[in-house]
Amino acid sequence: MNLKMKALTKSPWVYHLSTGSCNNCDIEILDCLTPRFDLERFGIQLVGSPRHADALLVTGNMTLKSMPRALEVYNQMPKPGVVIAIGTCSLGHGIFDGSYICPKTVDEVLPVDIYIPGCPPKPEAIIAGVAKLLNKLAGK
Amino acid sequence: MESLTLKYFGYFIGIGCILTPLAGMLASWVDRKVTARVQWRVGPPLLQPFWDFVKLLGKETVVPRGSARTVFLMAPLLGFSAVALVSTILWSTIVHPETGFVGDLIVVLYLLMIPSMAVILGGFASKNPIASLGASREMKLILGYELPFILACLVAVIHTEGSIRLGEIIIYQNPETYGPVGAKLSGILAIIVCVMVVQAKLTCVPFDIPEAETEIMSGPFVEYSGPPLAVYKLTRMMMLITLPVFLVILFLGGMHFQGWAILWSILKVLLFLVLVTLIRNTNPRVRIDQAVRFFWGPMTVIAVAAVILALTGN
Repeated sequence: MNLKMKALTKSPWVYHLSTGSCNNCDIEILDCLTPRFDLERFGIQLVGSPRHADALLVTGNMTLKSMPRALEVYNQMPKPGVVIAIGTCSLGHGIFDGSYICPKTVDEVLPVDIYIPGCPPKPEAIIAGVAKLLNKLAGK
Repeated sequence: MESLTLKYFGYFIGIGCILTPLAGMLASWVDRKVTARVQWRVGPPLLQPFWDFVKLLGKETVVPRGSARTVFLMAPLLGFSAVALVSTILWSTIVHPETGFVGDLIVVLYLLMIPSMAVILGGFASKNPIASLGASREMKLILGYELPFILACLVAVIHTEGSIRLGEIIIYQNPETYGPVGAKLSGILAIIVCVMVVQAKLTCVPFDIPEAETEIMSGPFVEYSGPPLAVYKLTRMMMLITLPVFLVILFLGGMHFQGWAILWSILKVLLFLVLVTLIRNTNPRVRIDQAVRFFWGPMTVIAVAAVILALTGN
């Protein structure tokens, strides 16, 4: 494993991208950063600009309006970077399945690396998912 | 002559570009760990700042369309080289107080302003409204804090009979003869002013108005990615160790490296570092007009009072 990927797994900075979610997953993501779960132990930081990000946390069911914007944010993220889909809506469409407003799922628009199911997923589930992704990147 | 140039170049590479970044990473870890403990968290591991830096070096560099490419990429290096130069001057003065040149205090004061200038240049060059907003706020902040900072530094100069050589300031503060400036009343007032100014120079809360993560998404750095961002982060880490060392030289009698004095010297630097961290963790962010009013009002008054007290020998 090269130094570049090792450093990436040691300090993934995440950017929070909501593509039409109901805010439930977003609140659970913020929960991960609270003292109880303390993601800074793994070097994970929430950043405000996609230019600083190594991982996109995508929530929501990718509405028609947010499709081009999500793609633009993904292109703004410097590579190498990963995409993490959080919540049932971003895995399929959840309860919005068949709606005219979301013709595509998240993974048809962005190259998703890992899916974290749940409506909303618990902070523990999000942390477990991110840890699995980091292990995958580290080649374990 | 040539050997002397070579020697100082070696100092610059060895101290400024290798040792100070390492010390800065350590200081940054202390900062983040203390922050975490204040918030009842565990906090990052020791090597975290190092991994952040290495990771950013390995990322892609994105130059936004329409930006001033040269300035955009050179601005981080400008700030880095200024801090490296400052720390070289400071550490070589600490190790050999009798060397140095007349007026190196003034040079240090000027060079300490350049990292902020680099942030402004980078912000304006990146063609992003948020970055421009952050850069203009940084500019106002500099206008605010430079006057009280220079007045507070004057206190140390007045106490050491008008010496503007850092080495002489250290020698004057020998505990057997004169004692540290910080033990005098004027010195204490000057330290209060300087700590607030350091807070603003590092753009820590309550004066993180230019970057304001929750408001304008890290301001001037918003378009930076990869290695240029890494250099900015490294510059900030180096400032985190250089500014406390500068204050220790001015007010607490410098650092000494014989026997137990090493421990005492490290404690002096840690004192300022932890003070900055604690202020950052217990205060809300102020508005830019409040910050400028704070520095031109109470801080300048305190600094002037300290200068007058110093002139009367207190």
